[in-house]
Amino acid sequence: MIIKQMADIRPSEITDQQIYRERRRFIRNASGFLVAGMASAVLHPRSAQAGHGGQSIEGVKSSSFSTKEKLTPYKDVTSYNNFYEFGTDKKSPALQAGSLKPRPWTVVVEGAVSRPGNYFLEDILKGRSLEERIYRMRCVEGWSMVIPWVGFPLGDFIKRLEPAANARYVEFQTLFDPVQMPGQKRDVLEWPYVEGLRMDEAMHPLTLLAVGLYGEVLPNQSGAPLRLVVPWKYGFKGIKSIVKMRFLEQQPRGSWTRSAPHEYGFYANVNPQASHPRWSQRRERRIGEFRKRKTLMFNGYAEQVAHLYQGMDLKNFF
Amino acid sequence: MRGVEGFFKPAVFFVCLLPAIMLAWHGWRDLLGANPIETITHDTGIWGLRMLLLTLAVTPVRKITGWNGVMRLRRMLGLFAFFYAALHLMTYFWLDQFFFWEEIWFDIQERPFISIGLATFLLLVPLALSSPTAAMRWLGGRRWQRLHRIVYVAAIGGVVHYWWLVKADARSPQIYAVLLAVLLVVRLLYGRWFTGLLSQLFSPSRFRV
Repeated sequence: MIIKQMADIRPSEITDQQIYRERRRFIRNASGFLVAGMASAVLHPRSAQAGHGGQSIEGVKSSSFSTKEKLTPYKDVTSYNNFYEFGTDKKSPALQAGSLKPRPWTVVVEGAVSRPGNYFLEDILKGRSLEERIYRMRCVEGWSMVIPWVGFPLGDFIKRLEPAANARYVEFQTLFDPVQMPGQKRDVLEWPYVEGLRMDEAMHPLTLLAVGLYGEVLPNQSGAPLRLVVPWKYGFKGIKSIVKMRFLEQQPRGSWTRSAPHEYGFYANVNPQASHPRWSQRRERRIGEFRKRKTLMFNGYAEQVAHLYQGMDLKNFF
Repeated sequence: MRGVEGFFKPAVFFVCLLPAIMLAWHGWRDLLGANPIETITHDTGIWGLRMLLLTLAVTPVRKITGWNGVMRLRRMLGLFAFFYAALHLMTYFWLDQFFFWEEIWFDIQERPFISIGLATFLLLVPLALSSPTAAMRWLGGRRWQRLHRIVYVAAIGGVVHYWWLVKADARSPQIYAVLLAVLLVVRLLYGRWFTGLLSQLFSPSRFRV
């Protein structure tokens, strides 16, 4: 358990009382199916503690990588999710994800590393200081959020695994278990969900393995207990509930790329110039805002990451 | 009898208005979810399609059940289809794009599901305009009927619009496609052309030596 390794619990610095009250009001006002579903998800016995309902994470450091933009309310971050393992509409994950058991959790490491093996989540987190990273999150569907993640740089974990020289890519896999993830009973995508990064992308200091948000342990619908966050890429690259990492010489193919290769490429960098057949990528709607805003190259992280793609035609490598 | 019938149409009218009332209510109570504009877009769109299919179900229902009273609902259902489609389009122009015509023009050109959606709406416009009895008289029954065959194209356009917009899970649009196919096949089976063909094929004169 993460919690046991932390010292005494104190309220998260960024827990916003107003948002908390808003959520209570929302639950009170909701009716019919909505109330039953929402309440069972939000007031799930396992996570019915302080703050927003999850267990607080102690000793989180702040980070200079964080944006100062207004946070997307907790309620919206955790009730509007693309997590097809729990259904293909955005409300389903919050309502269905109670069947996922995020503890105990093991990540299998394979491929071109000196230290492959099964890593318990506790081992991955042992001695690691967690940071809060407030990142913009841009979905390929044309909406965006600002989310205060809690996690640690993926690169720190990878260094410990001692990748070999021919490890040019990392592939990630989500849990495959149709009992815990009922959406996997229908093959809307190829299961398990697969995503990948080039090694330099994986080692980039912005790339995060998240274990929490809003100062609390990740709720199931947000990819508990361990998920990837790559803020300059479209959200679907941020694979959730990771159980496997493979270090490869060949570029892995993600589930969405397999499903529609001309729509979802390997890189999936946020790029207002590279049009998508379904959504204009020039603008986006920040959740909670009315008018759309301009989408920024690399989701506003160009200064930090543009050098990774020097000399590449990003309209071809979309 | 007349009392029941007189009550029937207003009741159906109210039921057809319910989705719009619910949407307004949810909007007022802030229950439209994290992305309210998306919810409004999807809701008005799906109800437009449902009303269109209900309109197309009127004639088959009359032919199968022999209940002629249902015909009195057809125009109203058709106008509700137009009503929701118009709300859907207004949501896109206004709330979604905020009358940013340059972006809308890009969308129409680049995104097939938007092009076909807009074309489908444009097909519904002459049908709505020619719905008053006066317009029907002015056109003449035959021409009016020919004009209103456009509704089949519009229904197919609506289903395709829905199908093309989903990312991966096409189950819901598939259901609408099947419903539409059933309605069209039933129409064919009960149509004059088909029954004519049947009666020709099996007419006793064919089997005379």
